[in-house]
Amino acid sequence: MADGYNKPIPIPQPESDHYWEGAKAGELRLRHCDDCNQAFFYPRNICPECGNNNTSWIVASGKAKVHTFAIVHRPPHPGFMDDIPYVPAIVELEEGPKMATQLVNVTPEPEAIQIDMPVKVVFESITDEISLPKFEPA
Amino acid sequence: MPVMDRLKKISGTAAIVGVAESDEIGRTPDKGPLELHAEAGRNALADAGIDKSEVDGVFTAGYSTYDVAEYMGIKPHFTDSTSVGGSSFVIHIAHALAAIQAGYCEVALITHGQTGRSDRARAGGNPGLPSAQYETPYGIIGPPVSYSMACRRYMHQYGEDKTREAMANIAISTRKWANKNPRAFFYDTPMTFDEYHDSRWISWPFHLPDCCLVTDAGAAIVITSTERARSTKKGAVRILGAAEGHDHSLLHQMPDLTMPFGRNTGPQALEMAGITHSDLDLAMIYDSFTYTVLVTLESLGFCKPGEGADFVADQRTAPGGDFPLNTSGGGLSYTHPGMYGIFTVVEAVRQLRGETGERQIDDCKLAMAHGTGGLLASTGTVILGRD
Repeated sequence: MADGYNKPIPIPQPESDHYWEGAKAGELRLRHCDDCNQAFFYPRNICPECGNNNTSWIVASGKAKVHTFAIVHRPPHPGFMDDIPYVPAIVELEEGPKMATQLVNVTPEPEAIQIDMPVKVVFESITDEISLPKFEPA
Repeated sequence: MPVMDRLKKISGTAAIVGVAESDEIGRTPDKGPLELHAEAGRNALADAGIDKSEVDGVFTAGYSTYDVAEYMGIKPHFTDSTSVGGSSFVIHIAHALAAIQAGYCEVALITHGQTGRSDRARAGGNPGLPSAQYETPYGIIGPPVSYSMACRRYMHQYGEDKTREAMANIAISTRKWANKNPRAFFYDTPMTFDEYHDSRWISWPFHLPDCCLVTDAGAAIVITSTERARSTKKGAVRILGAAEGHDHSLLHQMPDLTMPFGRNTGPQALEMAGITHSDLDLAMIYDSFTYTVLVTLESLGFCKPGEGADFVADQRTAPGGDFPLNTSGGGLSYTHPGMYGIFTVVEAVRQLRGETGERQIDDCKLAMAHGTGGLLASTGTVILGRD
């Protein structure tokens, strides 16, 4: 674990082991329903659209656009005390699904970030097992 | 889908006969949450003039009903711990109506109690929940962060300046109502537009006054059949419409950040009651944030999407305005212990009974109370009418 990392750390679950292994390997892996022929987030074995188990994994391009964001000035958790102001966001992936993330390598000011701005995934290693997919301007 | 013909048949067949807060609200460091449940429950039963021994249905959220019922010494035959955030207690009203109508119970008690202000220890998240993997690691923790992200999207669609003006109008008008409610946290504290705009950021685009209070408080509601209600101490406030539902849990799974589930529960509750928006004398709309009110007014159909700013313009929702909204002072300025929904109903009942003193609106006959729970996720809408 990175020294002093005191933010919440994801604990992979049976349906998400492969997602987190991918992130550690530098891949953003998505679940894909082979019946609906569309990707979805977050990873589930059962397609939330049709309910079938005919799902596979794909590797996302890592390209996305900003759907929305905020600029947090009062940390909601002590682990983020040194990070404020930081920029949580929802991005829309090229493959269709939306995911929650953080924007990095941006100036945390309203004028510096545009809705629909193109971004790309970067992986921040926080423990030996976990890397968090975050997004930066493309 | 709900079957409207059947809902219309039970419209008005049960009634609220008792409402109350805990003895004190605001800051109660010497009282635990269950004590606030019990205090409020006792007070609501006294308001109704019904003995505790007659309660046979118990409803609560946050805690399980068996904890609340044991604490209060109640052995219910109908038990409902539906817990979907701050809207839960409004949703319980629909469940109580259905349970009474079906014969499962005769006297329903809904209780709430939280010490959001005194108890600052945050519960650890359940790692099995998707939020623990896909939101909290990014600092997307707690309502202000999520709701501010939803608000930013709304600004993108409908204009930042217009949205900001609407948020300021809602913050100020709600404060003016609180200044008329002696139990409100901000009873003695007025707020100007300049103070609003100059206040610090919590999570941009939210200023501090865009965010609800964090208080200690309890509240409770007693419901029985309308037939029996008519012989109680304060008479019946009939439940004419009631609707509930949700369309996501995590914010990023919300189908449209600018259109919460009230789009379904508002019209359903109004249709069940057989009335339209213009028939309402009062709207009590859960105000976790100024944005919540703006987007909820639109979703409920009071105005079209993107027109909320015009709807609340010029302090139209303030005392003396032609659309009385959140007359208690709301979650923004009266009290908000965490799951505030029940307090929308308490105020609506008091306004319908004419018990609200300086803030009483004229001839209040029909009111809507609307709760929002989680991250703009669940909603419950009720239409209440003076008998």
